[in-house]
Amino acid sequence: MEHIVIIGNGISGITAARHIRKLSDKKITIISAESQYFFSRTALMYVYMGHMKFEHTQPYENWFWKKNRLNLVNAYVSKVDTAHKKLILNSSKEIKYDKLIIATGSRPNKFGWPGQDLKGVQGLYSKQDLEMLEANAPNNEVCKRAVIVGGGLIGIELAEMLGSRNIPVTFLVRESSFWNGVLPEGESQMINEHILEHHIDLKLDTNLKEIISDEKGWAKAVVTDKGETIQCTLVGLTAGVVPNIGFLNGSGIETGKGVKVNNFLETNIPDVYAIGDCAEQYGAIGNRRPVEAVWYTGRMMGEALAQTICGNKTAYNPGHWFNSAKFLDIEYQTYGWVFSEKSKKEQEHHFHWRHPKEKICVTIAFHKDTKQFLGINTFGIRMRHEILDRWLREKRSIAYVMEYLKDANFDPEFYVQFEEDIVSHYNALYGASITSRKKSWKRIFSHN
Amino acid sequence: MQIIKKIGLLIFLIGLAIFTILPFIGEFKVTRATMDLIIQEKGISSELFIEGVQENVVGKKFQGMLALSPQIIRIMEAANARHRKEKEYKKVIYIGSHDMAAAVGKASGSGFIVENKGLMWFLTFGMGILGSLLFIVPNIVLLGNKGIKNNGIYLENATNRGWIAWLVFVFLVSFYLVLYFRPEYALNWTYLVDPISEFLSGNPAGHWFVYGFMYCTVMTVMAVRMYIKYRHSRYQTIRTTSVLFFQIVFAFLIPEIMVRLQMPYYDFKNAFPLDYDFFFQWNLKSLMNSGGIGLFILVWGIVLTLVIVPVMVYFFGKRWYCSWVCGCGGLAETLGDPYRQHSSKSLFSWKVERWLVHGVLVFAVGMTLMTLYSFFSESGTVLGLKTQSVQSSYSLLIGAFFAGVIGTGFYPIFGNRVWCRFGCPLAAYLGFVQRFKSRFRITTNGGQCISCGNCSTYCEQGIDVRAYAQKGENIIRSSCVGCGICSAVCPRGVLKLENGPLRGRINPTEVLLGNDVDLMELVNKK
Repeated sequence: MEHIVIIGNGISGITAARHIRKLSDKKITIISAESQYFFSRTALMYVYMGHMKFEHTQPYENWFWKKNRLNLVNAYVSKVDTAHKKLILNSSKEIKYDKLIIATGSRPNKFGWPGQDLKGVQGLYSKQDLEMLEANAPNNEVCKRAVIVGGGLIGIELAEMLGSRNIPVTFLVRESSFWNGVLPEGESQMINEHILEHHIDLKLDTNLKEIISDEKGWAKAVVTDKGETIQCTLVGLTAGVVPNIGFLNGSGIETGKGVKVNNFLETNIPDVYAIGDCAEQYGAIGNRRPVEAVWYTGRMMGEALAQTICGNKTAYNPGHWFNSAKFLDIEYQTYGWVFSEKSKKEQEHHFHWRHPKEKICVTIAFHKDTKQFLGINTFGIRMRHEILDRWLREKRSIAYVMEYLKDANFDPEFYVQFEEDIVSHYNALYGASITSRKKSWKRIFSHN
Repeated sequence: MQIIKKIGLLIFLIGLAIFTILPFIGEFKVTRATMDLIIQEKGISSELFIEGVQENVVGKKFQGMLALSPQIIRIMEAANARHRKEKEYKKVIYIGSHDMAAAVGKASGSGFIVENKGLMWFLTFGMGILGSLLFIVPNIVLLGNKGIKNNGIYLENATNRGWIAWLVFVFLVSFYLVLYFRPEYALNWTYLVDPISEFLSGNPAGHWFVYGFMYCTVMTVMAVRMYIKYRHSRYQTIRTTSVLFFQIVFAFLIPEIMVRLQMPYYDFKNAFPLDYDFFFQWNLKSLMNSGGIGLFILVWGIVLTLVIVPVMVYFFGKRWYCSWVCGCGGLAETLGDPYRQHSSKSLFSWKVERWLVHGVLVFAVGMTLMTLYSFFSESGTVLGLKTQSVQSSYSLLIGAFFAGVIGTGFYPIFGNRVWCRFGCPLAAYLGFVQRFKSRFRITTNGGQCISCGNCSTYCEQGIDVRAYAQKGENIIRSSCVGCGICSAVCPRGVLKLENGPLRGRINPTEVLLGNDVDLMELVNKK
């Protein structure tokens, strides 16, 4: 029986394992040192905030693994011997494989800051990071102030987490406005305001220069490039993540930033595959980055690779880009591409609407000349994935999107809806006379 | 603000403490006249009992029900035993001995509590209400921006099965045990609400009136908490208003007013088989003897169960009843909201749930068929089973223990929907309709789910919502009461409760939206 060995029990590895099991009877072994059972990394923040217990982050009950004959091994892989198709574990035990799937995810970025390895300095990625945070910042007596370095999604999550225990937070953001490498100006500005509303000390345009140690080797302050020294007991490093592939050195597997893979998620070595955060595409797919550290892309790679391994060779071929996040109290969704001013091309034009009082806004990108709908960002409004995916696929025009915008609303029942306001703002800006159509189930289900 | 909260908590606890000691204090002076009146009203012909009470009870003062109740029970049981032995069945008293003690007590209470009903009301109910509002209302400021406010739920003793939760558990269970099995100890509570009861129905309050009044009070106070906690969600505020309205108006006020108008006591929204004694002989007889309104209630009760309930479930899902109208649901969604996370999500619990809830439905329907058969054939037994003993075991096991003691008492430990999930026969019936023929579903939004588990954690019905959401499947479950919290707590906007066409409602998928279109087709079309 063919032995499939998967390194990493995150969403990518587990999805691959589940689908291989559905399609075949192969022997499957999953190796991880992080946790005994698969858990949802994105939910770690809720454990610290007291919304959930760790066990709630595990999507499958503990009996699931044995029942589905998914053999779990708790170990680090220290070496991959591709010549003999075997792995050497930290316990110096060896595991032979017929096919190997590398799904080891990411680790937090560190940029060689002085003091970055002091005690009380940490990232937020793994279960161990969560446990460390619980020890470093159990309350605001022990942790008098935290400084977070890096204005991305994990940074703002960490700020929210610490805020839930009333720990004062200083948030150092390199950019001139929060996440404006990704978000257009109006949205980024709105999030700045929301961060301040949460009494987070947001310092834009500010870089970390150095972390200062106390006599016991704990971080006691940070120095910024503005010359400011901020006393603190915790430093959160959240300046993005990089593929976690150090153990592959000398294995002969080609790596760049991540493990190099082709469309079929194959590496340069036969029978070795890589999926999820740690994989790097040779050529980028559409506007997507070669390394995509996103939950659902890991899942999709797992789905596609399982087909290949079970004899139905399938390329990883993601559809239209989408994603979502939550900035403190504001939900964010994106479908298609809406680039920030920093990276958008000349022909991409933005229509922006913001609610006069609430923290709700929408940005729709369209082609300046052809008026083709390119993408949409919403803050505080939920959108229906299927509809937007269809509109992108059908290359609809901005006028069409405006007219049928109500079909795409996914807010809970009874919520106040803003499509009329959005459309009339559009009409006023572009001298159009579009009337918003009533939501129609028939249209929503028309593809079935 | 924190100080106001603490003062509120203190006031609430004082009110609660006074309320809790009431069953043990008070003075009862039993006069000859009251005793004679009770004997006459209850049609008691046991000379042993009459002699017994006249010797040991009449003309005496008792300090607290603990002194009075055992006397009455002892005399009554001795008298009954003797009559049974002598085969003098006509003299046996068939009223429950605790009810008898309650009746005697109610007529003979004296002293401070009885003379100061208004003041005592304020010291118990009043302080409870005032204190809890002082505890709750500062949250408008303390909770900060509107949004999901679940911080610390698993870090706090009271909401994480700590000793406070166990204390609440013991209190609630004891309260229900008194209510169902030792009504004489609820007597002092009835005095507090006598003025309200007399205003509404013209009668002094019984212990069920205390319960009804308390139910409404607790729901109202905890609804204020819901309004503050979920102020960003119109679905939650409107739904909370709806359950509150139906509880206060339909379950509490209308039946009391009907009594004043010489009509039968009836809760128009309480549908059979939740209203399990609707077809009991005494109820049918009372309805038939109540003229036009009785007949109307009879027809309404049948139409409600057979037509209105399933048709509404077809259009809106069972939520229209379970989390918008029902009283049990109303308490669960207000008082029970802090405990919703405790429902077990395991597959094992789901199996237990299906056996139990459908078992109760079979029990209820079976009992009702027996009842109707007995009613029309005028025989007391069906296939050798005594209809009345089946009825009393249902009333005891399901009506009192499951729905009451377990249903509410278990909130702090096993979640707020134990009864609705494992026991309610109406929920089981609505569930069939919802599962097989309804426009209601919780739509999963394509591929946006990140498996975080907030939805499953906060599902009061123990549905593993995430198991569906992470597969891109809509959630179609017979047990879903449509409270809407899964949708509210989802950080990625994945879930939406909605009523739509039947086609495409159930959509099992292997590969989710966002992946290769061909792969999706290949895998999902199998």
